[in-house]
Amino acid sequence: MTDEKFPKRIDDNLEGTVVFNLPFPAGEDLSSLKQMAPLVIKQPYAIEYNYSYGQDSPFFAALTNGRFIACREPQSGYTYATPRGHDMYSGNETAWVEITPEGKIHAFTVCHFGSEAFLPECPFVLIQVEFEACDTLFLGRLIGVDPQAASIDWIGRPVKGRFLRNAKLKPTDIYFNLLEK
Amino acid sequence: MRPVYVVSGGVSKFTKARPDKTFVGLVKEAYDYALADLGVEHPRFFELVDGTVASYFSDHFTRQLMAGIMAQDYLGMCPKPSHRVEGGGATGGICFQEAWKAIASGYMDVCLAYGFEQMSHVETWKGNEFIALASDVSFDYPVGGFYSGYYAMMVTRHMAEFGTTVEQLAHVSVKNHINAYHNPYAQKRQRLTIADVRAAPMVAWPLTRLDICVMSDGAAAVILCSEDGLAKLEKAAGRSLARVKVGGIGRGTDAMRMADRPHQSLEDFYKYNALPNEMDADARAYYTNLWAKGFRYPGVHSFRAGRMASREAYKNAGIHDPLHEIDFVELHDAYTSSEIQTYEDMGLCRYGEGGAFAASGKTFMPGLDYGLKLPEKPACPINPSGGLIACGHPVGATGLMQGVFAFWQLEGSIEKHFGDPALQVPNARRGAIHSHAGTGTYVTVSILEKEA
Repeated sequence: MTDEKFPKRIDDNLEGTVVFNLPFPAGEDLSSLKQMAPLVIKQPYAIEYNYSYGQDSPFFAALTNGRFIACREPQSGYTYATPRGHDMYSGNETAWVEITPEGKIHAFTVCHFGSEAFLPECPFVLIQVEFEACDTLFLGRLIGVDPQAASIDWIGRPVKGRFLRNAKLKPTDIYFNLLEK
Repeated sequence: MRPVYVVSGGVSKFTKARPDKTFVGLVKEAYDYALADLGVEHPRFFELVDGTVASYFSDHFTRQLMAGIMAQDYLGMCPKPSHRVEGGGATGGICFQEAWKAIASGYMDVCLAYGFEQMSHVETWKGNEFIALASDVSFDYPVGGFYSGYYAMMVTRHMAEFGTTVEQLAHVSVKNHINAYHNPYAQKRQRLTIADVRAAPMVAWPLTRLDICVMSDGAAAVILCSEDGLAKLEKAAGRSLARVKVGGIGRGTDAMRMADRPHQSLEDFYKYNALPNEMDADARAYYTNLWAKGFRYPGVHSFRAGRMASREAYKNAGIHDPLHEIDFVELHDAYTSSEIQTYEDMGLCRYGEGGAFAASGKTFMPGLDYGLKLPEKPACPINPSGGLIACGHPVGATGLMQGVFAFWQLEGSIEKHFGDPALQVPNARRGAIHSHAGTGTYVTVSILEKEA
């Protein structure tokens, strides 16, 4: 009866089985194992995080509402285009201020390759945007240009932010178009 | 601080994939080479070594937390003191400096620094994703996380600010790949032309596949010691050892998001960042003119962390004119562009002159045929080993690999280790190693010197 309740043998099945046999020396001489080719197996790994935006959360709420907010040090007026809860110089807490997401291209690239998550979107254009009201830059996507026509002349071109209608609560809820004069 | 010496080093062959060994096996290869070259067997070395520092970048690649203790265990170093360091691409350089600190502070007389990365366990695009997770995951990664893209944005700004050209970038690739042709440890030993580099597949405009280092499997180990440690090791080895001293170290940092980097005034640049060789009237006039044109420092075109690391290391080593007082540099050229940016950070040329400097010939090895018309003679070979672009970049090992190659240069033993004398820098007395993390967040510079 004990054997039935706590069986000593694992109930073998085919789940996870990837190979049914491997060559192995039949006798006592194991020296040939030093010449064995390495075994390489698939090892999947997936995680779903409950990720908090913490003190930066209002920024994403603003994007969802079609508005763009930056962080300003109350005394110096130094303004961060990318959210930052505390100023790097004074150490003071920053305040949220709304700005118009229009500026110019400070730097850019066209990614023809990328991380696995973004491969389906290649080629895509990354830009660092310079806003008049800010002292720092903002990383975004430039949409509506020919990625094969990249030119250093893109730097300095005016851009305007557009908001996704259905927010994903990511910084890509805002993207940029060239502002045609 | 006490004097610190490098006495031996070892490197595993860097290659795309080493499925024949786990990471501990790779570290063992590098360690065994260092011991064999020292002429001391493990049981005797174990009696003499006071502790170790382990270096690897990403837990994702190994899918193994606490990998440092596994290497410590496999090397037979337990129960000696040890800790792991991590600082992105600069991990190996930080490891070297932590071992230096252990000796310089008097905590240890002999310290082993070892590092590794086994990046082949995932496909390249997944590896790019792991590396991109070393950018701000709230604001940078989701926009298109890709480090080559981040560096390419820095390049376009450098081009716009200074007129740097893609051909100048390609000079770095040609130089480093041809140097590596003579380095048996290098992953990519290729004779390239400027046209080859530009015709390679575009990865992140304007950087092609030949402007960018590759992922690698590899390990490296360096043994550092004090005067007393050197005496003990010489006794164990039964011979005199080369006296290669660490003349000074420096380290700098900058904001994780390059968007947050400051755009400082000329006054602040001179107050906080300028090097001794930028203090004369000529340099001041040059920079005044640059600022008048709208240049701001460091922006996204320059690595302030690299400048601060250089500044501190030069101060500690007594260097005032780096181009003429350093005989070679092994620097972190994950991208051709970052090598050019680093020339400027290290004061080998002024900010804005990096592109022309790259194509001048000053950074090339004497005596090698690069198939290029170079207007000037070599002055300070940069990456005589081939650098990251050609040697590969198994992240945790890379900064230590630089330490090993620099030690061999100063020991005058390149021919012995490479089986080829071509990469021996003539009369090398002082070299610098430079290790750099994501878009210039952590940077280390260490100066190695042959004692007279």
